Amino acid sequence: METKNIVLVGVGGQGTILAAKLLTTGLMEAGYDVKMSEIHGMSQRGGSVSSLVRYGDDVQSPVIEIGSADIVVAFEKMEGLRSLEYLKPTGKMIVNDTEIFPLSVIIGVTTYPDNILDEINSKVNLRVMSASKMAEELGNPKVMNVILLGSIIKSMGLTDIDWEAIIADNVKAQFKDLNIKALQAGMNAV
Amino acid sequence: MKLLLTGNEAIARGAWEAGVKFATAYPGTPSTEILENVATYKEIVSEWAPNEKVALEAAAGASIGGVRSLCAMKHVGVNVATDPLFTFAYLGVNAGSVLVTADEPGMHSSQNEQDNRNYARHAKVCMFEPSDSQEAKDMLKEAYAVSEAYDMPVLFRMTTRVCHSKSIVDCSDRVEVMDKPYEKDIRKYCPLPAFARGMQVKLADNFKRLEDYSNNSPFNYIEDNGADIGIIGSGVAYRYAKEVFGKTVSYLKIGFSYPLPMEKIAAFAKGKKTLYIFEENDPIMETEIKAAGIDCIGKEKLPAMGELTPDRVRKALLNEEAQIIEPNPEMVLPRPPALCAGCPHRGVFYELGRRKDLMIFSDIGCYSLGLMPPYNATDAMICMGASISAGHGVQKAFDIKGDHSKKVVSILGDSTFFHSGITSLMDVTYNKSNTLTIILDNRITGMTGHQQNPGTGYDLMGEAAPMIDIEAMVKACGVKNLISIDPNNLTIVEEAIEWGLNIEGPAVIITRWPCVLKKFSAQDNKEFPTAFKMVATVDVEKCIGCKKCLKSGCPALAFDRANKKSGILKETCVGCGVCAQICPKQAINVEVR
Repeated sequence: METKNIVLVGVGGQGTILAAKLLTTGLMEAGYDVKMSEIHGMSQRGGSVSSLVRYGDDVQSPVIEIGSADIVVAFEKMEGLRSLEYLKPTGKMIVNDTEIFPLSVIIGVTTYPDNILDEINSKVNLRVMSASKMAEELGNPKVMNVILLGSIIKSMGLTDIDWEAIIADNVKAQFKDLNIKALQAGMNAV
Repeated sequence: MKLLLTGNEAIARGAWEAGVKFATAYPGTPSTEILENVATYKEIVSEWAPNEKVALEAAAGASIGGVRSLCAMKHVGVNVATDPLFTFAYLGVNAGSVLVTADEPGMHSSQNEQDNRNYARHAKVCMFEPSDSQEAKDMLKEAYAVSEAYDMPVLFRMTTRVCHSKSIVDCSDRVEVMDKPYEKDIRKYCPLPAFARGMQVKLADNFKRLEDYSNNSPFNYIEDNGADIGIIGSGVAYRYAKEVFGKTVSYLKIGFSYPLPMEKIAAFAKGKKTLYIFEENDPIMETEIKAAGIDCIGKEKLPAMGELTPDRVRKALLNEEAQIIEPNPEMVLPRPPALCAGCPHRGVFYELGRRKDLMIFSDIGCYSLGLMPPYNATDAMICMGASISAGHGVQKAFDIKGDHSKKVVSILGDSTFFHSGITSLMDVTYNKSNTLTIILDNRITGMTGHQQNPGTGYDLMGEAAPMIDIEAMVKACGVKNLISIDPNNLTIVEEAIEWGLNIEGPAVIITRWPCVLKKFSAQDNKEFPTAFKMVATVDVEKCIGCKKCLKSGCPALAFDRANKKSGILKETCVGCGVCAQICPKQAINVEVR
């Protein structure tokens, strides 16, 4: 099979790394060759973060080229806009309907645009998710990342993998049921 | 057993499998997680060293003492460790020893893009270059065998993409290696000139033997696809080549990259119409291959700076560019890193940024962000520890010129002070300088992700350790004017800076407040009982919308443009109170969360 490319983008602290970890673990256990690339460093200091996930029969490069992603999942709207160039023309973007202001907005130098979703929608196949709101409804805003993971799994046709087992192996026992619920909610939402 | 590991995790796994018993490092992106993962294996004594020179010396000592040792650092860290490296190469090893250098093509988190393959040539040590996690583990194990068979420390070049990418690794068990007996041998371990000359000859002989090893190494192999175009590639650049060209070209994969397998290269080059050299950063293989009279194409077509990612390769060699969807550029706002809400550096940079009579020499750490708006405080930085010594030089220049319009303030963190600030501070006192040094003690090594250091009271293994007293250290360096302050109290910070600037001679301010992201120790809980347990709120009746609080640059603040009032994100704010002190109308209240 041709190598598939998934891009997860967000802001430091949003849980992109855990979502990518669960995703890659599941892909490996399903028998795919998998590579994932992340840039660490100062990401905890509120900067943009991205995880690039590739899977297939024989994956060479750990990075995803611009214009080649099958799907980009943005945990925050501005990060979705910034990552448009990763998508191939037939690709799909999922954006979590959440705004996190960069410092320039906070200090009043710039304004956070209110038409980001329109801009994305005018250029690519967009699916907006209210994952942050859904997570709050499930009782824990942190599971927003696993809800978005569910949307990736469904969109990429990966539902045959035993994701509940992957979650059970990788999250603390007391959060297992919550995360499984979150995953299902994400899968059902796309 | 198959595991999905980062390159750094694979190095740790390889060290464990190879029977390594001692490992040491100074943290630095992208190498930090190597030692953090090594420390999870109880068979390996693991340490954070105060700096890279100390780390490599300890690893060399452990090798001489008879156990396999590992040392890891970022590329610029090797600069600090070169003094022991060059002579360790002369001594050779007793038990095997490997130095991992984590280079940064693309400079994702570094101040330069130096190519440490040059050090293999310069220091005369052999080198491995893995291209993914499996190779990182396998080559590391082989590196110990090579180190012992050829009596030299091995330099092991990782790059950011190999360190921080995950791929599948087939793991095996640890092989317990016999410890080597230590025997006194001054001809081997004392490089006096008379003995060092012999060591040089031994080293040259070992390199001669290594040429055979390189030509026959399983890590230097040909993938013959019957093509008349050939690619010689090392590290992740080889993976990028395969991504772009697949089976349409033939490859010579270089995993053991110094000394190069020149016979294998010559054989591979034979009959090739075109030969490309894929290597990130400097044209090192290219230069050596051309010097051997083999025609090849390298940096005249491929980029010499930054990463050799597939898109750049396609553009350079195939003139292909992907069809991309671009957003309206005016809508995309940059999101640079910022000091966290509750960062203890905030108050200091707020006060420093307000003054125009300072030349601020900063250092390597989160406080590098002091140069960013809204502080715009910092003037310059060079490398670890340079804030104090380079600042001293600037002040001397100002003094020599008789220019008194600005005074130098040097600023660095606790871990950086231990790393190389102490010797710099001695320079300041010994040479009767007149600078103000601010040591931002946030009780942890912050930027690399919270590693213990000699001042925190804990070691890498998680055990309690003696806590080195920065105040006592500063006094021992001859500083007479020293105060320790709470950096969240702006009046105290302002007065302390004024005090320091008015002193004739060296002055030091130590700020002491923990990093907001730090996992508190028992000692921290005792010393900072209120830290991060507060929250600030805006009294909208009193707020006049003057935006002065925004000058704190805190990500917990949000200005409501419609109502022209400041707001505070409750879930982000930890109640440091800096914004409340800036507010001219006392419109921000801080209370227990």
